[in-house]
Amino acid sequence: MAGIVGYGAYIPRYRIKVEEIAKVWGKDANSIKKGLNIQEKSVPAVDEDTITIATEAARNALSYAGIDPQGIGAVYVGSESHPYAVKPSAATVAEAINATPVMTAADYEFACKAGTAAIQTCMAMVDSNMVRYGLAIGADTSQGRPGDALEYTAAAGGAAYIIGKEDTIANIEATYSFTTDTPDFWRRAGQEYPRHGARFTGEPAYFKHVRSATEGLLEKGGYSLDEFDYVVFHQPNGKFPIRLAKRMGIPLEKLKVGLLTPMIGNTYSGATPLGLAAVLDIAKPGEMILATSFGSGAGSDSFAIRVTENIHKNERPVQMYASRTKYLSYGEYAKHRRKIRM
Amino acid sequence: MPHRKSLASIWRRIPQRYRGESTMCLNCGRHFFPPRHFCPYCRRKSKIAPYTISGRGKVMSYTVVHVAQEGFERQVPYVIAIVELEEGPKLTAQLCAVEPEDVRIGMPVEMSFRRISEDKDDGIIHYGYKFSPILSPKK
Repeated sequence: MAGIVGYGAYIPRYRIKVEEIAKVWGKDANSIKKGLNIQEKSVPAVDEDTITIATEAARNALSYAGIDPQGIGAVYVGSESHPYAVKPSAATVAEAINATPVMTAADYEFACKAGTAAIQTCMAMVDSNMVRYGLAIGADTSQGRPGDALEYTAAAGGAAYIIGKEDTIANIEATYSFTTDTPDFWRRAGQEYPRHGARFTGEPAYFKHVRSATEGLLEKGGYSLDEFDYVVFHQPNGKFPIRLAKRMGIPLEKLKVGLLTPMIGNTYSGATPLGLAAVLDIAKPGEMILATSFGSGAGSDSFAIRVTENIHKNERPVQMYASRTKYLSYGEYAKHRRKIRM
Repeated sequence: MPHRKSLASIWRRIPQRYRGESTMCLNCGRHFFPPRHFCPYCRRKSKIAPYTISGRGKVMSYTVVHVAQEGFERQVPYVIAIVELEEGPKLTAQLCAVEPEDVRIGMPVEMSFRRISEDKDDGIIHYGYKFSPILSPKK
């Protein structure tokens, strides 16, 4: 059975507070903070992008797993902010970690769930003995149109997972996906910023898909919600995952560790992988983790993960990156995100 | 960036810029970075072999750049340092993830993977190493 051999996280150190953005657009910061349950978000440095974030996360994953990168037979990078429209991020990441050249690679895109789709592909390749190890990464430097509600949450970060069958630190016992054509959020080719259906992103999109995938996983695997010690839901804001947990009767205690959006924002393809990484940072052998991603457009991938006795200390935990902060003004942020043309 | 760089010259440097691949002389044990194909100390007795740097070192000296080279305007003020690698070679590199006022001589640093430059809006993005303060001891 395929499982996680190693994992690594990366979050840029820059932050911008909700107050700083709200001030520019004449909005009430407190009502936004309360409405979205978010305090601040991460911002990439001028010289960071999806490829550099994915590479740093992959290096941390390799360091954790202690495996020879030449054993990696597949590299998939999931993102909606690949630096190139045509030229694979995965090839650059694979080159940087010395996994090339005998391997396959591709970039994935499915709004916020491309990273978990990459994990599923690697699981299948490992289980079918096509590869010894697969590297699945979810990373983003997501875009929010100036003045749009997304500007308060669209953040940057990522996490990498080495999937294999030997010496797993956590076994992925079951996975289940739920996908439909739901136009809740999109970005057309050549457009700089995405558009979204505002409230339409809630009930018919996020809640329907995350809940359906999660319930499908429970039924398929014969699990009850009580068996899980931790739950990670995709977190486009700090409010949706809490609302869903309440509806499903999941104690908020189980959600807390993997809920990063209130402090770092929505890292899109990085969000569920980073939430899962934060849980793995503290999980003990035998504990069970439920993780369900969501990607607009729309779909969810749900995973039942059991931690093994091989779990060990992560030298670069998510919290270390989450607590490393340097605050930006809106002007500096606009410069960083190339909203100012030079 | 104003100039169209040669694709081949960027591509040739990928092993050294992405992974720190270089060479050493087996005769005298000296490590080089960037790679040399001849040991200037051993000359005829040179025995060149490949090696990959650990990526760790310390700041030997540095300067703060306020007037940027084209393509780096968004990053000023930034720090260019001479970094002495654990293996001995010294190299010039940009520091990242640190404010100029927090840089100290002797500060331990490690390689980070960053965008270095790009060939206008439609050209190749050039990736490579910069150095950042060590976050926590990696085992």
